[in-house]
Amino acid sequence: MSLTRIYGLFLRHFYLITRSFPRILDLVYWPSIQITLWGFISNFFATHTTYYNNAVGVILTCAILYDFLFRTSIGFNMLFLEEIWSRNFTNLFIAPMRIGEILTSLVITALIRSLIGLVPAILLTSPLFGISILDLGIFLFFLFLSLYIFGITLGILVSSGLLRFGPSFENIAWSTMFLLAPFGCIYYPIETLPEIFQKIAYVLPLVYIFEEARNILINQTVNIENVYYAFMLNVFYFSLSIALFYYSFNAAKNKGTLINMGE
Amino acid sequence: MKNLIEVQNIKKNYGKKEAVRGISFNVEENEILGLLGPNGSGKTTTIGMLLGLLKPTSGQIFINNLKLEENRIEILEMINFISPYIELPKKLTVKQNLYVYSKLYKVQNIEERIEYLSEKLRIGELLNSITGELSSGQKNRVSLAKALVNEPKVLLLDEPTASLDPEVGDFVRTFLEDYKKEKKISILLASHNMNEVTRLCKSVLMMKNGEIIDQGKPEDLITKHGRTNLEEVFLKLSRSKSEFN
Repeated sequence: MSLTRIYGLFLRHFYLITRSFPRILDLVYWPSIQITLWGFISNFFATHTTYYNNAVGVILTCAILYDFLFRTSIGFNMLFLEEIWSRNFTNLFIAPMRIGEILTSLVITALIRSLIGLVPAILLTSPLFGISILDLGIFLFFLFLSLYIFGITLGILVSSGLLRFGPSFENIAWSTMFLLAPFGCIYYPIETLPEIFQKIAYVLPLVYIFEEARNILINQTVNIENVYYAFMLNVFYFSLSIALFYYSFNAAKNKGTLINMGE
Repeated sequence: MKNLIEVQNIKKNYGKKEAVRGISFNVEENEILGLLGPNGSGKTTTIGMLLGLLKPTSGQIFINNLKLEENRIEILEMINFISPYIELPKKLTVKQNLYVYSKLYKVQNIEERIEYLSEKLRIGELLNSITGELSSGQKNRVSLAKALVNEPKVLLLDEPTASLDPEVGDFVRTFLEDYKKEKKISILLASHNMNEVTRLCKSVLMMKNGEIIDQGKPEDLITKHGRTNLEEVFLKLSRSKSEFN
C-alpha cells in the first residue's frame, strides 16, 4: 500500500469537489433535507395518530403522485444529461433546432417515460394493497397534470443550470425533488410545518396538490380552489423556467459552455 | 467566386481574456481554407463562433450572405461540423444516429441519403452496429456521414483525422477532396497535421494569441519564410514573439 498514491487519488476528488460550488452544496444539503423531511413526518404521526384512520391508502396514493412528479422531473433532466454524457451535446446545439423545439421534444419524451413507470405502479397497488388511486376520480387527471407541469418546470430549471454552469450542476439535478419534498407536504398537512416553512410551502404548487389529494380521500369532498391555485402557480413557474432557459442559453453562448461541456 | 463564409473583425473576450482579437477572413465556394495555430491560439473559439455556439463580443459573421446573428436556424441548416471531441450517441446503431440527425436537419429522402453516404464512406456494413462499439476510424467515418447528412454548403472540420491510422486518414482526405470538387462546398479546416493542410488547402490562416499572424497559399508561405515545408513555417511562427506574449 502506498500512502502517496492513496493521497494522490484523494486529491483528484478533493480538487474536483473544492472547485465546484454545486458539489459542495450537494454534500451539505442531502443530510439536512433527509433529516428535515423525516423529522416532520415523524412529528406528524406522533401527534396525529388517528388522522388517516378512515382513509386507507392515503400515504400510498401520495407516494404514487410524488413518484410521478419525481420521475417527470428526473426524466427530463436525464434526457439532457444523456447528451452531455454521450458527448453529443455540441451536435445537438449545432443542429438547426429552435430552443422551443428542443424543449417540446424533451417535454413529450419525459411524459412518455413517466407514464411507462406510472401505469404499472397504479396497476400493482390494487391487487397488492386493495387500493386504487382512481378513487380520486376525475380530479386525478388535474392533479397529475399539475404534477407533470411542475416536474417539467423543475427539469427545465435544472437544465438551465446545466447550460449555464456545465456538468458540475448535475448533482443538483438529482436532488431538487428532495430539496422541495419537505415543503411539498406530501405525507402530512401543511400545519405540521413551522410557520416560516408554511410561508415557503404556500408559494409552491405542491402543497395544494397534495392537500387536495388528501382532502378528496379523507373528506370525500373537492376543494376546487386548491386545483386552481396549483394551476396558476404552475403557469407562473413554468413561464419563469422557460424564460430562464433562454437566458441561460444566451449566457452559455457568451461564456462558452456550449463548446466546453467537460468535467 | 462567391464567398460562403465572411468573417468581419470578430472578437471574443472571456472577461478580461481576449481569446480572439478582431480577425477577418473569407472562404470562397469550392475552397478549403486551413486554420492553423498552436493550442490556445483561438481556432476552436473561432469555429465556435461560426457555429453559433459562441456569441462574438463584436464583429459580424455572414454565411452564404446571411448574417449569423439574425439567421441562426437558416444558417445551421446549411453548415455542419466534425470534431474528434464530440461524438454521436453511443448506444444507438449507426443507422439510428444517421436517421435521427436526418430528421433534425429535415432531410428529404432519408433512406437514399443514408445509402449514398454509406457507399461513399464505406460504412454500409456498419449501419446496424452499435456506434459505441466502433473503432476510431469507423467512428470517424460515421461522424463524417452525420456531418454530410444535410448536404452542407459549409463544412467546419476540427482535426478531422486526429487519432486515425495513416490509411484511414488518407481515405478521409481523399474523400474530402473529391466531395468538395463534386459539391463545390466550402471547408474550414483546423488541423495540426501540416501534410494534410498542404495537401488539402488552397490557402491557410496562421493564428496565434487570437490574431491572424500570417496567411496565404501554403507554397507561398514556405517561400516567404525561407523554409522547406509548412511544418517549419508553423514552428517558426509559433515560436516567434508577439506583442501579446
